[in-house]
Amino acid sequence: MAKTLAAALLLAAIGLVPTYARAADPPLPNKPEPWPFTGIFGTYNEAALQRGFQVYEQVCSACHNLSHLHYADLAGIGYDEAQIKAFAARSEVTTVNNKGKMFKRPARPSDLFVGPFPNEAAAKAAFGGRAPPDLSTIVKARAGGPDLVYGILTGFTKAPKGFPMPPGTFYNKYFPGHRILMPPPLHPGAVHYADGTKATVPQMAHDVASFLTWASHPNLDERHRMGFKVILFLIVAAAVFYAAKRKIWSRIH
Amino acid sequence: MAKAQGAGGNRIVQWIDYRLPFVKLINHELYEYPTPRNLSYWWNFGSLAGVMLVIMIVTGIFLAMQYTPSTTGAFNSVERIMREVNYGWLIRYIHMNGASFFFITVYIHIFRGLYYGSYKYPREFLWMLGLVILLLMMATAFMGYVLPWGQMSYWAATVITNLFSAIPFIGHGIVTWLWGGFAVGNPTLHRFFALHYLLPFVILGVVVLHLYALHTHGSNNPLGIDAKGPQDTIPFHPYYTVKDLFGLMVFLIIFTFVVFYAPNFLANPDNYIPANPLHTPAEITPDWYFLPFYAILRAVPNKLLGVTLFFSSVVVLFFLPWLDTSPVRSGRFRPIFKWLFWLWVIDVFVLGWVGDHPPEGIVIPIDRFATLYYFVYFLILLPVVGKLERPRPLPESIAAAVLHAAAPRRETETERA
Ligand code: HEC
Ligand code: HEM
Repeated sequence: MAKTLAAALLLAAIGLVPTYARAADPPLPNKPEPWPFTGIFGTYNEAALQRGFQVYEQVCSACHNLSHLHYADLAGIGYDEAQIKAFAARSEVTTVNNKGKMFKRPARPSDLFVGPFPNEAAAKAAFGGRAPPDLSTIVKARAGGPDLVYGILTGFTKAPKGFPMPPGTFYNKYFPGHRILMPPPLHPGAVHYADGTKATVPQMAHDVASFLTWASHPNLDERHRMGFKVILFLIVAAAVFYAAKRKIWSRIH
Repeated sequence: MAKAQGAGGNRIVQWIDYRLPFVKLINHELYEYPTPRNLSYWWNFGSLAGVMLVIMIVTGIFLAMQYTPSTTGAFNSVERIMREVNYGWLIRYIHMNGASFFFITVYIHIFRGLYYGSYKYPREFLWMLGLVILLLMMATAFMGYVLPWGQMSYWAATVITNLFSAIPFIGHGIVTWLWGGFAVGNPTLHRFFALHYLLPFVILGVVVLHLYALHTHGSNNPLGIDAKGPQDTIPFHPYYTVKDLFGLMVFLIIFTFVVFYAPNFLANPDNYIPANPLHTPAEITPDWYFLPFYAILRAVPNKLLGVTLFFSSVVVLFFLPWLDTSPVRSGRFRPIFKWLFWLWVIDVFVLGWVGDHPPEGIVIPIDRFATLYYFVYFLILLPVVGKLERPRPLPESIAAAVLHAAAPRRETETERA
């Protein structure tokens, strides 16, 4: 009986679920990257996250922001206070002093990430109408998640013959409509990894997609660990209540 | 058993109970409450829905402490909850997926009622109160979906409120009034937040009435026949409390699995893009629990007719006690009804599938046919079949059916031993 119920619930859950986790359009590479953070025991690989942050800082941050992150949040991928202070200090924030004068000061760890453009309109104007999207939610905001980011970064090819490409657009296999305004950002050796890893394009794409997954889901490790404990507890509780139920109901059977 | 008379040993409780017999009431309604002895696991879903309502209210109140109901602040405040508030991610994922699981429990609860004829005399009003809860839940979930102010929030709010413009003459006036302006905007978000906070407590009130009505005539059961005496019933506690608790644990295992390992599986990724009134998403789809209704809405090319069908699809359920003309409650004893019922369940799933696909090509005729069956089932088949069908003989009593069925099994067991 319990099994029927569980099956019914699961069927209801799966059957009613539409294809929201639906395949991206156009379809993603059919050999997805082996991400270490998927699955019940999935966790981030800290080295990959740090390499990914390097790629973000040295390449992507020229056009994109991570507006929901504070510099201090980088402690979550293993950087210490001094390193974070140094990262922050590379950007400037404009504030007002108590005499009402605007002035610039180096960013502090408690500041939000500083983006490359003063505002949305400036970003749009720089790229002919579509601003580079904020990357702090990008993995949650695209069907395909990290695979989409990886796909976009490795999906730049020559346009097929006869496919019209207006100036300022680039052909990308995995971008809807294939005409993306982002110039191919990654080239072999674009960054010098602090840990000596060879900076190939797939390597950098993998690392920065991992880092951006962390930026979208900074609590993933804790969530996976806690979930395991909670579900284990519930399974034990279910077994206890099932035994109790059998015992109590045996009085009237 | 002495406990059942009053309020147990505690003198303070006794003092209060003499003046306001609350503990006595609980004791009577939750402990002794005579319940048919043959309820199946399908009867677990009522209490599960109650638990979900409490979970939604508790997590919702904590979210509201950190949430900012303004078009400039809402999206950022939800991200802040997810990143900076202690266990904010957990509370938000419970609330977000809780809405889906609340609907799963309530839909199964309703399907159960439809199959076992729980809407028939003397439970018509109980059934209608349940439908009021469903309508309030739909309104609450719709407005909650608007609060994070992502792309789907904004565009779902625009599409759904625009439905009212189909009403002749006053439609556009009503829409402007709902919006508090000439487009979905800050006033809309403010009022949706206020109502989203309020309605769950209204639901709670209707749930109390629902239970009051239930306890007046007692639960229906898989045989659909009335309990005729003490041999047919057992006290709610401990028999059904322990069964409900076991069911709750199994349910929570599935729920928490989604919360911890696939928290965004049921969500539309577009809702993690901040609302942008200048950019319409490629496809505007509601959350899964509205998809069958969304399909009915789009089944006909005429907006007013579509909206009418949309509202009728729930309203028709209010008339069900009188549309179903069969005197027999349980589908078990109704050979023809049984088939039509399961076909209707499949039909609802088909409508759900249709609602998730753009209305083009083969989807359109499927949508029309499925919508047609949805209504034909209630308006033609149920009234007619109730008259024509020859039900199988009903058992004499619950006890007779249950104990009779159990007896031969026990014999074979002893034989084997
Ligand atoms: C020269 C500026 C520039 C740089 C450098 C750049 N991007 Fe972009 N990016 C853009 C623009 C512009 C868009 C918007 C493209 C469009 O909408 O056509 C974009 C879009 C994107 C998208 C969204 C695609 C979609 O599905 O909408 C992702 C993901 C992305 N960039 C990731 C990156 C990453 C990761 C890096 C660093 C390795 C990077 N970008 C570096 C300008 C840039
Ligand atoms: C019947 C019970 C309830 C249902 C079905 C419900 C449903 C929802 C839904 C579907 C969302 C959108 C989730 C998302 O996509 O982020 C939401 C958000 C929200 N709800 Fe509720 N809710 C209920 C009760 C409550 C209560 C009682 C409160 C407050 C006291 C509340 C406060 C909030 C807040 C602040 C949000 C916005 C934050 C967020 O989006 O996560 N809810 N609700």
